[in-house]
Amino acid sequence: MSLRSPLGRVLGLGTAKEGVEHWWKQRVSAVGLVLLTLWFVLSLLSMGPSHYDTIQSWLERPANAALLALLVITLTYHSQLGVQVVIEDYVSHKPMKVASLIANQFVHIVLAALGLFAVLRAVFGSVA
Amino acid sequence: MTLSILHRITGLALSIGLLLFVYWLLAIAGGRESYERALVVFAHPITRIALVGFSFAFFYHLLNGVRHLVWDTGRGLERKEARLSGWITFLSSVVVTVLFWLVVASRIGEHVA
Repeated sequence: MSLRSPLGRVLGLGTAKEGVEHWWKQRVSAVGLVLLTLWFVLSLLSMGPSHYDTIQSWLERPANAALLALLVITLTYHSQLGVQVVIEDYVSHKPMKVASLIANQFVHIVLAALGLFAVLRAVFGSVA
Repeated sequence: MTLSILHRITGLALSIGLLLFVYWLLAIAGGRESYERALVVFAHPITRIALVGFSFAFFYHLLNGVRHLVWDTGRGLERKEARLSGWITFLSSVVVTVLFWLVVASRIGEHVA
């Protein structure tokens, strides 16, 4: 005899009703990445060998720096959404699943922060 | 022939490649010396092989991603169409990867010569 009510046992077992939103965000970020990554690949190719000065002068143009920052954000966002689906689909052990999902969020947020910091520092230089 | 799992595999590979991308950005931010040090890492044979792998993963994931977006509009879902677009996607990503590295090699050649 359990103290849990029949209602308590089934609550939270269904869908979270957030699937459509996740699906939609993944598509929107995908469309953004088609544009941003094509821009990035073409930029790399047109820059030629990646010398430090070449990249610095490329980054001095505000549009390039802004798009690169946008690429960092969109990439990490899309990556986080994608890895989330893989974890949800293949990790069946529940505590492991929750831990992986949290780790996934943390790692991607850290990567986004580091990437953005790097772009800003490359553009504005260090304060010291 | 099912290539759909390849979309997830390349996606996961690219998530790992994201680490290399952020490392590259941090190396630029660290100044000239840190960037030169990163270039040594990028010139290492293992990194080069990884970069070729990541570039294929990228082009495949990009093209197949567009294929998925077309599917989302309800088009191209007939078995025959889907099979054909699958092959086109796979072969084009191989071709684009080769073209990409040929352009890279020729651009480096230009500057060396």
